[in-house]
Amino acid sequence: MQARQKDSLLVASVKDSLGGAIITFALACVMIGLRVDVASGRGAELFLEHRWLAVAAAVVIVFAGRFAMNVFFWKREDPPSLNLSGFLPKGGLSTGTSSVLKYALLGLAVVLPFALMFWLGARGSRQYIDLAILVLTYVMLGWGLNIVVGLAGLLDLGYVAFYAVGAYSYALLAHYFGFSFWICLPLAGILAAFWGIILGFPVLRLRGDYLAIVTLAFGEIIRVVLLNWYQFTGGPDGLSGIPRPSFFGLEFTRGEGGFASFFGLDYSSIHRIIFLYYLIFAMALFTNFVTMRLRRMPIGRAWEALREDEIACRALGINTTTTKLTAFALGAMFAGFAGSFFATRQGFISPESFTFLESAIILAIVVLGGLGSQIGVVIAAIVMIGGFEFFREFEEYRMLVFGMIMVVIMVWKPRGLISSRTPSVALSKNAKGISADLVQEGHG
Amino acid sequence: MTTGQPLLSVRGIKTFYGKIQALHGVDLDVYEGEIVTLIGANGAGKSTLMMTVCGTPQARNGSVSYCGEDITYKPTYEIMRTGIAQSPEGRRIFPRMTVLENLMMGGMVAGNEHFEEDLRRAFELFPRLKERQQQRGGTLSGGEQQMLAIARALMSRPRLLLLDEPSLGLAPIIVAQIFDAIRELNRSDGLTVFLVEQNAYHALKLAHRGYVMVNGTITMTGTGKELLSREEVKAAYLEGGAH
Repeated sequence: MQARQKDSLLVASVKDSLGGAIITFALACVMIGLRVDVASGRGAELFLEHRWLAVAAAVVIVFAGRFAMNVFFWKREDPPSLNLSGFLPKGGLSTGTSSVLKYALLGLAVVLPFALMFWLGARGSRQYIDLAILVLTYVMLGWGLNIVVGLAGLLDLGYVAFYAVGAYSYALLAHYFGFSFWICLPLAGILAAFWGIILGFPVLRLRGDYLAIVTLAFGEIIRVVLLNWYQFTGGPDGLSGIPRPSFFGLEFTRGEGGFASFFGLDYSSIHRIIFLYYLIFAMALFTNFVTMRLRRMPIGRAWEALREDEIACRALGINTTTTKLTAFALGAMFAGFAGSFFATRQGFISPESFTFLESAIILAIVVLGGLGSQIGVVIAAIVMIGGFEFFREFEEYRMLVFGMIMVVIMVWKPRGLISSRTPSVALSKNAKGISADLVQEGHG
Repeated sequence: MTTGQPLLSVRGIKTFYGKIQALHGVDLDVYEGEIVTLIGANGAGKSTLMMTVCGTPQARNGSVSYCGEDITYKPTYEIMRTGIAQSPEGRRIFPRMTVLENLMMGGMVAGNEHFEEDLRRAFELFPRLKERQQQRGGTLSGGEQQMLAIARALMSRPRLLLLDEPSLGLAPIIVAQIFDAIRELNRSDGLTVFLVEQNAYHALKLAHRGYVMVNGTITMTGTGKELLSREEVKAAYLEGGAH
């Protein structure tokens, strides 16, 4: 923060007022937006009233008022709310808080299903656990794509193709050979990695925009093939009756030999949901673990160097071909794992689920989170996927609100939510991340 | 000094960019323990020659050999593993990685057995880098970035160091520091240096031998002192230069 440039009075005021407006929005959502009332007509029944208009009014009033105070009254070029960083621990907001945040999120993720069960009961918590599973799937996909886009700097717009390969690998292997989920999971990963290499070869010499176009086309090719190869993939009808995963051989079924009877529990469909939750949680953690380990190894450092400067990499004797291919293959492998999880969770897949929009969402998660940041991906996935569900209230305006949030994030934090990069190696003890805001892209 | 088999030998190199010919049959030798410089104007083909030695682009005719082995058509990453290291034109350090990480990248192909030792040597040559080891490459000044580029190249323990315009865009005092470091590396470590420069005066003062390139052909060669005293060199490259 030391090198913050002095903004002009107007810009500083707008920023400060926006900050106030956002805080107001967060508070007003709960305090003004929701109102519990007693309905007179329907007996003494409690019901919830939404007052989004009042929230909007509160936000506008705070913004306008704060702006006016800044411009006409305080006339300071460093409005108080911009100096909040002085109260935060030294070393910048991102490194200090993100490690606390990391463990807080991890702890929350571990206890989440049981907390929800305790709080809302088996029936009430189901939809929230389902949503959490969806968020975790996107966290895993985001982490997988982060290897390709965030670390190696290869812009991949067709990532969903590997997700599709994973899902169809499992569905088809189960359909034609009757393989179980646990056998298919590694196979799906291997097949997706294989397709990652197939895509990697023709695009080795491409970068940036050109690479993006080719990967986009590749994603569409996979989808169109799945759509038209009717005899094999079922085309637009998709594949149904995909077997569910078992817990060390125990099926989640009613009656003898099922999970519930084995552990002496009453049968409930929530068991499988909770199992799926912990399954994707473990898979996502595995993705993160592998990525973090690789980052500290020569191959991971080579990926990052490749993102920074390909010519310099070659001048240092790094084989850029294998470096790129491993990034594509590993990223694709994790998408393959996530894909087979998706297939087993849904029990039904069709090419419909693997459109370009999916690639765009995953990429948006990675970019909003801050390219290369693991915790950033988590936050962005929660905001994007969770927010998408949360804003159901807005109905047709949902996409509008959603788009505005994305624009605001990108204006506010142009390099994503967590933009500092933690060095992969440090000799001295006082090593600290330096915010990327202080470094111009690609130049000194 | 110029006896026996050269460490690097370039014979009749012709390099093309598409249809445009950049090098018209260049011969050049670098012997073990020498500092050899190649000077010339903008666009003469100096950097092209250096890049051809590194294998991108590859020569269409002629040969490049290193330690008696033909490396003309080897891929770049293999050439850079044979004991040749390069500090490329425009420095090309990794801006978002720290100084230490940049140096680790340099030592990657050599393995990490000698990493600590090489790091100490690099910091000895360029103490500024030691102070800034946790700083991102992109936040360094131009001179520090050039030091980092050279230090990074040294981390692979080369026998031959290729330097492409290390003085580019730097203040005279920094140029002097960098050239001192090159002289020091040559004297105490016995490192062979091939230096491409536009700053003819400094380069020829530093080098044992020099070549002058004009439009993709070598027009003159001799010891650094000889070339400095030649009228043609003075007229073309030293007029109003840094004396």
